[in-house]
Order: sequence, then C-alpha cells, then structure tokens
Amino acid sequence: MGEPVIETKDLTKRYGQFEAVRSLNLTVEKGEVFGLLGPNGSGKTTTILMLLGLTEPTEGQVRVLGYDPAREPLSVKRRVGYLPDQIGFYDGLTARENLFYIARLNGLSRKEANQRIEESVERMGLTPVLDKKVKTFSRGMRQRLGLAELLLKQPQMIIMDEPTLGLDPEAARMFLQIIRDLKDTGITILLSSHLLHQVQEICDRVALFHRGKVVLTGAVGELARRVLGGAYHIRVCADGTSKELEQALRTLPGVVNLRYTSVGEIVLETTNDMRAEVASTVVTAGGKLKSLDIEQPNLDEIYAHYFEEVEHVAAA
Amino acid sequence: MLRQLRLPRSGQAREGSPWKGMWVVIGKEMADHLTSARMLILELLILLTATGTVYVALQNMRQNTNNEAQFVFLRLFTTSQEPLPAFIGFLAILVPLIAIALTFDTVNGEFSQRTLSRVLSQPIYRDALLMGKFLASLFTLSLVLSAIWLLIIGLGILGTGVAPSGEEFVRILVFLIVTIFYGGVWLALAMVFSTVFRQAATAALASIAIWLFFTIFWNVIAGVIARALRPVQNGSVAEVMAQAELLQTLARISPNTLYAEGTVGLLNPATRAFGLVLPTQLDGAILGAPLPLGESILLIWPHLTLLIAATVLLFAVAYVIFQRQEIRA
Repeated sequence: MGEPVIETKDLTKRYGQFEAVRSLNLTVEKGEVFGLLGPNGSGKTTTILMLLGLTEPTEGQVRVLGYDPAREPLSVKRRVGYLPDQIGFYDGLTARENLFYIARLNGLSRKEANQRIEESVERMGLTPVLDKKVKTFSRGMRQRLGLAELLLKQPQMIIMDEPTLGLDPEAARMFLQIIRDLKDTGITILLSSHLLHQVQEICDRVALFHRGKVVLTGAVGELARRVLGGAYHIRVCADGTSKELEQALRTLPGVVNLRYTSVGEIVLETTNDMRAEVASTVVTAGGKLKSLDIEQPNLDEIYAHYFEEVEHVAAA
Repeated sequence: MLRQLRLPRSGQAREGSPWKGMWVVIGKEMADHLTSARMLILELLILLTATGTVYVALQNMRQNTNNEAQFVFLRLFTTSQEPLPAFIGFLAILVPLIAIALTFDTVNGEFSQRTLSRVLSQPIYRDALLMGKFLASLFTLSLVLSAIWLLIIGLGILGTGVAPSGEEFVRILVFLIVTIFYGGVWLALAMVFSTVFRQAATAALASIAIWLFFTIFWNVIAGVIARALRPVQNGSVAEVMAQAELLQTLARISPNTLYAEGTVGLLNPATRAFGLVLPTQLDGAILGAPLPLGESILLIWPHLTLLIAATVLLFAVAYVIFQRQEIRA
C-alpha cells in the first residue's frame, strides 16, 4: 500500500432534492491509475469537481494530497492537473498563446513558461502547430494540447474527465498509451469514463458508480471474481459436440457455467485458466477441436451482471 | 488517517489572496479587446465622430468670433451645428455601445468555449477572473476614451492656436473621468447579463434593451409618473415645484441623465443649478457669468459619485451571481 493522495469520507453533494453523489468513500494511492467508471449522470464529474474545489461538498470530507480542496483550493490546484471533458480553448488564440496564459496563471515567469511550453508541446508532438490558431485543431489535437497544458504545470496528480470520449479508435489508443507513459513517470492519475472496456486495461483499480453511489471498488480481476464468480471465459469451437461432451465439461472442477453462442460455440465460465483441461476433455470425448480462446473479464459485463443481481434481489 | 481528515489544516478562512493571477487575466483580456475586430470598428466610429464634430465646432467658432473668448476648449466638446450634434451628444450614445460590446460575452463566452473549468482549475480564485475581466474592460474603455480626448485637445490646439488654460484642462479632465464611469455603469450592466444569460446574443439584446429604455422611454415614463403623483391642480408655485422636483429625481435614475447633467455642469461653466430655479434664488447673481471651477465640480460631484456607485453595485451583483454559479455548463 502506497500513501493515499486522495481520501474522501462520506462525501455527499446534493442539488436541491437530487443527490448527485451519495456518501462516497474513496482512497486513491500514489502512483496508481484509478478509474471512476459508470454511465453518464452517475456522479463522476461532480466527484471530480469536489476533488478540485470547483464545487463545494454538501457533506463529508475530502483530502487531496493532504489539502482540503474547499479551504485550500490554491494548494490543490497548483499540484493537480485537470483535463475536463469536452475541453475548450480560446479559438482565436494560437496554441502557444493558450498555453502561455495557463502558465502565467500558474505563476511561472515568462522565460520559464516559454521553456516549459516548448518541452511539453514537443512531448505531445504538437510542435509544428504551436503557432496555429486552435480553431483549426481536430478533437484529438485539442486533447493532446490539453495534456501539454497539464505537463507544463508539472503536476503530482492528473485528473481526467472522459479523456477518450469522441476520439476515433486510433486516437483513443494513442491517448491510452500516453496515459501509460505518464504513469511510468510516477504521476497519480484519476480518470473517469463511461466506456468501461476502453479504460479497463490501463486502470490499476476502478470504482463503479451507479446513481451517485460507488457500488464496487477494486482491481478489475478482483471485481470479476467477486461479481461474476468465474473470472475467465473460455470459448470452444469444436465439431461433434454432444450431450456427453457438454456433461464432461460441466463436471470439470472450476467450471462455473456453460452456455452456447448463436453460432454453436461453447462458452465456459471458469475460475482459472483451464484451457489445457478443456482441450483434453474435448479430444477425449471425441470432438474435433478447432479453436480455443480465452476472454479477459470485461468491465461492462461485471457492471451489467452486478446490476442484474441487485435488481433480482430488489425484486425478490 | 481518518482522524486527520476531521481536522482541517487551517481555520475557516480560504488560503491565499483572492486577487492572485488577476493581472495575468487583465493582460490577456486587454490584449483580446485591443486586437478584436469589434473594438476596431467602434474605435473607428468614435474617431470619425470626434474629428467630425471638432471640425464643425472649429468652423462654427471661426464664424462667431465676436464674443465669448472664454473657454474655447470647452466649446469644442459642446458646440453643435445642424445636422451634427455636439461631441458630448455622440458620446452619450457611443460610450454605452462600446461598453456593452466589451463585456456582453465575457463570462458566457467562457462557458460556450468551455474554457471556464480549465481556467478555474488553475491556482486562482473566481474573484481574480471576474475582477480581472471587469478591470480589463474598464482599462480598455479608459484607454480608448483618453486617446480620443487627447486627439481632440490636439486638434483644438492646432485649430485655435491657443493652449487650454489650467481651469479648462481640469474641467475636461474631470469630464473624461465622468465619461469613463458613465461607461463603467454599462460595462457592469452588460457583465451582469453576461453572467445571467448563457447565450451571448441574449445578453447583448438585454443590455441594448435597457440602454434603449433609458435613452428613449425613461424620460417619457418619468413625466407620466410625476404628473400622476404630483398633479398640478391649482397651478400654484408649490405644486409646479413639487412636480418638477419629482420629475428630476426620477429622471436621475437613468445614467444618461446623470451623464448629461454632469457634462453640462462641467463644460458649460455658466451652469449654476439643474432643474427649476426660482427668481429669488438668482438674487444677486450675474446671469451668464461662469461659476468658479470648485463650485462647478461641487455641482456635479453627486453625479460622479452616483455613476461610480452604480458601477460598483452592478459589478457586485455580477460577482455574487458568478460566485454561486456551477462551473459545469
């Protein structure tokens, strides 16, 4: 366990009658990539705004890097970089002018500002467009300009709200790679997303939001074991599948569930990687094994499955 | 850890100065204003009216050289000749337009460009952003007006061949200050609308509507109200006086009236009072004789104070609204 950089205790935000965030308890440790995941309107952005002191919590406490964002917002904002969703720049100004403004607001001297702008823009590969007006930039370029802005602040922690939203798959992949690189430099990263599958591979731990409440927290694999029971999905494609084969597979120790896909493949849910056992069982039963794949547990599935269960319990 | 959570690091006060970063904001906003096409158009317009009216005033003075060798410079601002109104008449209309153009999209523009959350996540308070924006607009307005002011003095010296006297200089300097705060009222008003309305066009229209209301309708409405509340039934002096006084008080709610009276008091030194003057009050006065500088300034002092007060009050309204606003659009 590293040292905590974000701690919240019973953090609550109400807008009139509506509870946007309900008694949130969250701990994020130094150096990890933490995902706030959930559908739109589930309280992710409100949580982020409270962490930055941009909106006041109704109840509860927050500590970010040891500071209280409501009372010491300057200390928090000096150390934390924030990339909002739908990031906007002054369209009539050039990329350099936009970054210069932010650098000066952070109290950097002219010389220092110019130097850091060159460095961070270089790192984001935007040097050729540095003196172009931002209105000509694509969504992906704006996103990278936003990251360049974060870098010139040299933050201890970065908070990103829906960073991959609206990016094409290639740009999104690139962006995730940048996040990984940032993590390697030791910066703590908190990001929110409703595209669960897209960010699950870069998050060390995630918190799943549902209607303002965090329902699950932990590493993706751990959550899968907890919610899905079996964490591994093995997809078997074989000729000559029979009742006996199905029975043999079902009785293998570690198999939790068995179902057929629409094209006649068998999908097994298992508690560990059992590809070898499954293959030998199929062959022993006389089936002709054509392919055998393992699927990683999917956050979307965890999320959907969890709420199915919750609703079953509620209905019962 | 949780025990530490319950103990706030500092007391209840916010850390740091609320004005940190304000000068950076002022620098950026002024650069935006001074390079924008919108300001360029308005500057050209005001330049045109300044040279036009001063030229006409100079022509007029050459033709009527018989009397009033006094206060030549003041007459540059106040002399009109059909069809052109005097320069102060133009200013009364142009200054609100420039002021509104400077601030009607200053806050909602940050929302619509989605730059607000990015800027406010830097180590500054909202106070610095709003104050910076307001001061930048006020400085820009002052800069433009001062430039025009100097231009007119320059043209005046060239045209008449005499330099302004000390008294004239002080009078037109105070006139410049009154003009700047007359603009300040409209700056602050447009800023309130810019904070209230998310659409820049709505904010602009609302500001223009208020301006039209005070320019065209307010005097009519004030007259109706005064006649209704203080009717003249017997035609007695007391009744007429009461009605006129109420009318004047109502009319002074409009910044336009305050500005008009203020400029007349300063630039026409013979002005000794506004509104109705009874013959008894003029006992011993030499009609048409100029008031000393100190007396004229005393006369318009309430007007200047009211304009500054209205500016501060409207800014405070914008400030309170902005502080309570959610950042998320």
